[in-house]
Amino acid sequence: MADIHFVRKAMIEEQEPPAATTGVAGWIRENLFSSPLNAVLSILSLGFVVYVLSALLPWVMSPTWSAASLNECRELIGGGHGKACWGVIRERWLQLMFGFYPKELYWRVVLDFALLLVAVAPVLFNTLPRKMLIFSAIYPFLMPWLLWGGSIWNPVVAAAGFVLGFLAHKYAKPVLGGLTAVILAFLVPVLWWFLLAGPVADGLASVLPLALETVESRNFGGFMLSITIGVVAIAISLPIGIVLALGRQSDLFIVRSLSVGFIEFIRGVPLITLLFVASTLLNIFMPPGTDFDIILRVIIMVTLFASAYMAEVVRGGLAALPRGQYEAADALGLDFWMAQRLIIMPQALKISIPGIVSTFIGVFKDTTLVSIIGLLDPIGLSNSIRADQAWNGVVWELYGFIALMFFIFCFSMSRYSMYLERKLQTGHR
Amino acid sequence: MTSLTDPPKESFRLGMLIYDTRYRSLTIQVVALIGFMIFAAWLINNTLYNLAEQGKTIGFGFLSDTAGYDINQRLLDYNSQSSHWRAAIVGLLNTLLVAFLGCITATIIGVFVGILRLSNNWLIARLMTVYVEMFRNVPVLLWIVFTMAIMIETLPAPRAFKGENPTASMVLFDTVAFTNRGVYIPEALFSRGLGDLPILPDRDSAACQPGEDGSVDDACGVFQISLDLLLIAFVFGGGLYASARIRKRADRIQNATGDRPKTWYLRLAVIAVPTLAVLVALGFHLGYPELKGFNFKGGTHLRNSLLALWLALSLYTAAFIAEIVRAGILAISKGQTEAAAALGLRSNRIMNLVILPQALRVIIPPLISNYLNLTKNSSLAIAVGYMDITGTLGGITMNQTGKELECVLMLMLVYLAISLSISGVMNWYNERVKLVER
Repeated sequence: MADIHFVRKAMIEEQEPPAATTGVAGWIRENLFSSPLNAVLSILSLGFVVYVLSALLPWVMSPTWSAASLNECRELIGGGHGKACWGVIRERWLQLMFGFYPKELYWRVVLDFALLLVAVAPVLFNTLPRKMLIFSAIYPFLMPWLLWGGSIWNPVVAAAGFVLGFLAHKYAKPVLGGLTAVILAFLVPVLWWFLLAGPVADGLASVLPLALETVESRNFGGFMLSITIGVVAIAISLPIGIVLALGRQSDLFIVRSLSVGFIEFIRGVPLITLLFVASTLLNIFMPPGTDFDIILRVIIMVTLFASAYMAEVVRGGLAALPRGQYEAADALGLDFWMAQRLIIMPQALKISIPGIVSTFIGVFKDTTLVSIIGLLDPIGLSNSIRADQAWNGVVWELYGFIALMFFIFCFSMSRYSMYLERKLQTGHR
Repeated sequence: MTSLTDPPKESFRLGMLIYDTRYRSLTIQVVALIGFMIFAAWLINNTLYNLAEQGKTIGFGFLSDTAGYDINQRLLDYNSQSSHWRAAIVGLLNTLLVAFLGCITATIIGVFVGILRLSNNWLIARLMTVYVEMFRNVPVLLWIVFTMAIMIETLPAPRAFKGENPTASMVLFDTVAFTNRGVYIPEALFSRGLGDLPILPDRDSAACQPGEDGSVDDACGVFQISLDLLLIAFVFGGGLYASARIRKRADRIQNATGDRPKTWYLRLAVIAVPTLAVLVALGFHLGYPELKGFNFKGGTHLRNSLLALWLALSLYTAAFIAEIVRAGILAISKGQTEAAAALGLRSNRIMNLVILPQALRVIIPPLISNYLNLTKNSSLAIAVGYMDITGTLGGITMNQTGKELECVLMLMLVYLAISLSISGVMNWYNERVKLVER
C-alpha cells in the first residue's frame, strides 16, 4: 500500500517570524503604515514635524545672547528673519523671576522657595521621616516673614495664637468639658490676635530687635508673585474646601443652603470679577481705616475662588465612597468628626487627588489674571518689556519663555498627580 | 400593692440644646444663621459707612447717562452719545458672540483631536498629545496676549499692499486680506434687500424719518433686525424641518418593511433649493474689501482683538474637550463593540447606534461645563481690548463713573445668569439621559 497521508506526520521546524513583523520594521509597519490612510497621515505629519523643527532649531540656535536691544540683535543675525533674539531674556530674566524685588535680597526669595520644597516634601512623599512635618507646621509663619521682611516677632506672636488655642483646649477640657474647651480654643487665639498680639510684638521687638529689611508689596513681581499667590491660595483653600464640601453634604438645611449658595456663586462668576472686588471693593467692605495690602487682598479673593472649586472636587470624592463606609463608621459608634477623620476623609481625599491637583494647576495658571488689575506678574512685566524702546517688537522669545516656565511647573504637577494616583491605587475604589 | 407610674417626665434643660441629638441640629443651624446674618450686617454696615465717607451714593441712575466712549466692534448700533446701559448691552452681545463662536470651533477641534489621540498611528497620536499638553499647561491669558502680539507684530500693515511692488498680497483670489489691523473678508450684500426692521421705534424722532430711498436711519428704534437675514433663516429652518420629516418617514418605512428608501438627494434638495432661490431673489452678492488710501474699505472687518480672543479661547478649550472626548470613548467597554459586531452591524452603524449614544452620556456634561468655562474666560477680552461686558461695564464705565459697587454687582449678576442658565440646560440633559436602574 502506498504511503499516503492526509495529515502531516512530522512537526515543521520552528521558523523566524517574518522580517516585516518584528523589530524596527515591524514596529513602523504596525504603528505608522498599517493602512493606506495611516500611511498618508504618517507622511504628512512627518513632513509637518520636519518643517517645524527646521524652522525652530535655527531660530533657537541664534547667537544673540549678548545683544542689548532688538536692533543689536538684527545686526548680529545679519538682517535675516527666523532667528531669535535672546538678549531680551538674558537682560530681563531676573526681572521675570523676581519683579522689582531688591537685587541684594534675592537670596531670601530663593531660600523661601527652597524651604517650601522642604516643607511640602514630607506631605508629598511618605517615605521621608515624619519629624519633618514639624518644619511644615512652622513654614507658613516663616514664609511671609522671609518675603516681606519686618520684625521676627510678628510671625512669632501669630504662631503663638495657635499654641495658646491648643493649650486652652488641652487644659480646659478636663476641667470645663469638651464643648467649653472647643469654644475657648477659638476664643483665646482671637482675643490674643486682636488685643494682645500687637503690643506684645512691639514690646519684644524693642527688647530684642531682630528684623529683616522690609520689602514693599509693589516690588513683588514675576514668577515669584505667581508662585506666592498660587501656593498660599492652594494651601488655604484645601481645608476651606473640605468644610464647604461637608456643609454641602450636610442634612442641616441652613448650613447646606449657605454652602451651596457660596459655591455656586463663586463658580458662576469669572475670577476677573472677583479680582475687581479685590482691587476696588474689598477695602470698602472692611471697617473704616483698614488698608489691606493689594497682594493680601488678591490672595483672599483667589483663595475664596479656589475653595469653591476644591469643595466640588472633594464632594465628588465623598459621593464616590460607597454608602457602606458611612454605615460601617456609624456601626462602630464613631461620632461625626471621628468618622470623617478616620474613615471618610482619607478615602475621599484619595479618590479626589486628580481633581485636587488639577484645581491646583488651574489656580496657578489663573494667577496670571492679576496682571489685569495692575500687578506685575510675568504677563504684566511682558507688557512693560514690550513697551521698552530697546525691545519694542519682541514677541516670540518673551512669551515663549514665559509659556515654557508655566509649562514646566504645570506639567510636573500633573505628572506628580499621576504618580500619586498609581501609588495610592489599592485595587478597588 | 404597686401601681404603674409614668416614667418621670424629663423637663427641658438648656444643656439639651447641645447634648440632645433631637435639638442639636436645630441649635447648630440657628447659630449658623445668626452668625451669617451678623457677618452680612457687618459687611453692609461697613460698606454704607465707607461709601458715605467717600461721598458716594448707591444707585443705578448712572446707567442712563451718556457713555462718551466708542466701541469699535459691535452688533448693535452704538455711538459715544449712547447711554452706559446701551454700552453694557453691546458688551454683553460681544461676550455672547465670542462665546458662541469659540464653543463651535473648540468643539470641532476638540472632537477631532480627541479621536485622533486614540488613533493607532503612533505619530499622529503623539502629535495630538503634544498639542493637548502644550495648551493645557499654559495659562489661557498668555495664549490670548501671545496670539494678539503675533497678529500685530508679524502680519503686514495695510500700506504693504500698496504700490508697484507690494510686499504683501491678498489671498484666496484677492478676496481676503490679512493685515496687522485685522482680517478683511468679503461681506454679504443684497441688491434687492428688504431693509431693516426697527424694533420699538420712536416715530417722532429725527432718526426715524424716512430718507430719500424710503429707509430709516440706523439709530431708529431700540435695535434693528435685518429682514433679509430673517427671511433666509426662516427658509433655511423650514428646509431643515422638511428634511427631518423626510427622515422620519424613511424610518417608518424601514420599520414597516425593512427597506430604507434612499432620501439623501431629496433631503439636500428641500434645504438647498428654497434657500438658493431666496438668495437669488434678494440679489445676493459679495462685497470685496479694497485698498483705498492707507486702509481697506468694504468687506467685513474682523478686528485683531476678536480674532485673537476667538482663536486662543478655541484652541485652549479644545485641548480640554479633546481629553473629554477621549475619556468618553474609552469609557465604553470593548464588549459593547463586540456585541454589536456579533449582531451583524457594520462598523459605522456600531459607532452611530451603539457607541456614540453611550459615549455622549459621558461626554456631554463635562463638555457643557467647558462651554461655561470658555464663556467665563471670555472675560479676559479686557487684556486685548475687545469690548465685551467686562470691558464696557467692568472697564470703562466703572472707571468713568466711579460706581464700582454697582458695576461689579451687575457684572457678576450677568455672568451668574449665564452660568445658571447653562447649568440648567445641563441638569435637564442629565435628567433626560439618566440610566434608569432598579
